Amino acid sequence: MIFIKLITHGIIILMALSVEEIKKLIITSIPDATIEIKDLVGDSNHYSAKISSKIFNGISKIEQHKLVYKSLQGKMGNELHALSITTEGK
Amino acid sequence: MNTKSEIENIINNNDVCLFMKGIPEAPQCGFSMAVSNILKILNVNYKAINVLENPEIRNEIKTFSDWPTIPQLYVKGEFVGGCDIVKEMFEKGELKSLLESKSLI
Repeated sequence: MIFIKLITHGIIILMALSVEEIKKLIITSIPDATIEIKDLVGDSNHYSAKISSKIFNGISKIEQHKLVYKSLQGKMGNELHALSITTEGK
Repeated sequence: MNTKSEIENIINNNDVCLFMKGIPEAPQCGFSMAVSNILKILNVNYKAINVLENPEIRNEIKTFSDWPTIPQLYVKGEFVGGCDIVKEMFEKGELKSLLESKSLI
């Protein structure tokens, strides 16, 4: 989905990601992940994700979240503004 | 002073630092608001850095912490996490314990 936002300085095109695209990115990087994603307000822009995987076992929350961010290939904080993440080991 | 040194100075000179969008009295983002509210509930003194007023810090803090989003919380020079981690730690009582263990509350 493409949202076009007009601002005074010109046009910014924000590419939002779908639930399926987010899942695919995470699974590619974390193959054993069990993923539950919610589109919180139905705007393809505010999501929450619960992810469990064996790779989270024995590492800190910060490291767990970093692995998820890494799987999103730099999209977090850019195309993906609002993805709240909960991680756990398996 | 370069931006990295500026960040180091901030986190070394303040026991609790929150890099956020907006100010605690008027946060400009729900995630920043959530974390500043948690710190308010825990009644801890903290230094808030409004990254919207400092684009260089806004960019550099992401590299500095290797973390792509704002807010970011530091306690005693150590990165604690972003909104999700801080919320989870607060709900489990872990944030309170952490601050108590450092004699900050």
